Amino acid sequence: MIDLHLIADKLPAFFGASDGQPVMSTSDGLLMTLQLLALALLFGLALSIPLALGRVSKNRLVAGPVWLFTYVFRGTPLLVQLFIIYYGLSQFDAVRASWAWQYLQQAYFCAVLAFTLNTAAYTTEIIAGQIRATHWGEIEAARAMGMNKWLMMRRIVIPSALRRALPAYSNEVIMMMQSTAVAGLVTLADITGVARRIYSDTYMAFEPFLIAGALYLALTFLFVALFRSAEKRWLSYLAPRKS
Amino acid sequence: MFLQGYLPSILEGAVLTLKLAGAALAVSVALGLIGAMFKMAPSRPLRLLAELYSTVVRGVPDLVWMFLLFFGVQMLLNDLCAAMAWPAPDIDPFVAGVLTLGFIFGAYMTETFRGAIMAVPKGQMEAGYAYGMGPLRVFFRITFPQMVRFALPSFSNNWLVLVKSTALVSVIGLNDVMYRADAAKSTTQEPFNVYMVVAGLFLAITTVSNLLLRALEKHYATGLKESEL
Repeated sequence: MIDLHLIADKLPAFFGASDGQPVMSTSDGLLMTLQLLALALLFGLALSIPLALGRVSKNRLVAGPVWLFTYVFRGTPLLVQLFIIYYGLSQFDAVRASWAWQYLQQAYFCAVLAFTLNTAAYTTEIIAGQIRATHWGEIEAARAMGMNKWLMMRRIVIPSALRRALPAYSNEVIMMMQSTAVAGLVTLADITGVARRIYSDTYMAFEPFLIAGALYLALTFLFVALFRSAEKRWLSYLAPRKS
Repeated sequence: MFLQGYLPSILEGAVLTLKLAGAALAVSVALGLIGAMFKMAPSRPLRLLAELYSTVVRGVPDLVWMFLLFFGVQMLLNDLCAAMAWPAPDIDPFVAGVLTLGFIFGAYMTETFRGAIMAVPKGQMEAGYAYGMGPLRVFFRITFPQMVRFALPSFSNNWLVLVKSTALVSVIGLNDVMYRADAAKSTTQEPFNVYMVVAGLFLAITTVSNLLLRALEKHYATGLKESEL
């Protein structure tokens, strides 16, 4: 039923090796998924900290647009966002003529852009929620030390909020890792993309997608373990007391 | 003319998407309740089975599940029928989509319902048994009405993720909103407008869902407010 030879034969393709077909690059498969994920998370987190500060701002002109951004990006499917960027923007001659076109015509760039904006929207809400939940005592203490608003944000509020955001953020990272699978639908050769290519070459569905599923499952377990040790490191003061 | 007359077709697709999501939700709630009961069952094999289901399903992306189940199971059925010399079955993409999405989100619902059932005080169920109710009657009259409040926040989240996941179902050839958008994109040469309309439709669905679910949460929290005052 399941062809083990085919699995053994095609497994290297998921790790950037040639499977007899011309390879697009040696970063095919697992490496591509990890690359897309790492770039999206890096830029997404960098964007979301200032956005979270804007989201909790009392000034409506600042908080409103950030709310709209997170609302729209959390309320629509990632696939639609990716298609708007990858297919949609080519509709405008102005975009095609601009300097940005050399990037926007690449599926890789569009995928990183879509994933970044998507994860930034979710992460902004996570961090903003934790900033709002900052204990009033910490803020009073910071004021009593004579800190101004920005110093207090930088030294007290943000570090504390980021630590407490860790459990929710670990969920977001795992969700994002799984979401990168849609990159396989815009010609990219991530894990899902490689599996699809093998499927269209061999007309065998079980084997390639079983390998893909196993790889994603392994990545999920890896991230769960990583975040568990990160929580031990940074959140141990919130852990239930050992008897 | 806006989108060269493709708007009705896209709207029809959106209706199909909504139907698909609704039917998948029903399947996932049923699977989630069964999964949650298995997870808390006294029998060890049942617990392991439920654990395996909720862990493995949640650890693999929806898209990979769709490819695996839709193409894989179809091939398996074809092989089976060829071996039995039966005519090859024609799987309806709608039914396949409902079952696939229901199977995936049943795993998320399992976790939702398990947490919610555990949050209901045990004495409530014991009182039900003391009145001579059977396990099913205790579940539907006592456990279920009280667990809804605990389940709703996570349930709402699952529903919103489910709605957004339906966008992926066009890969299995269903005539849904993404499939029609693809057709409209090729003909009109206006991909931006087409996908913005699709995004707007999804945003409308999620907005209405949010409003309804918030009202529902309020409804199920009525008893709580008095005790909190």
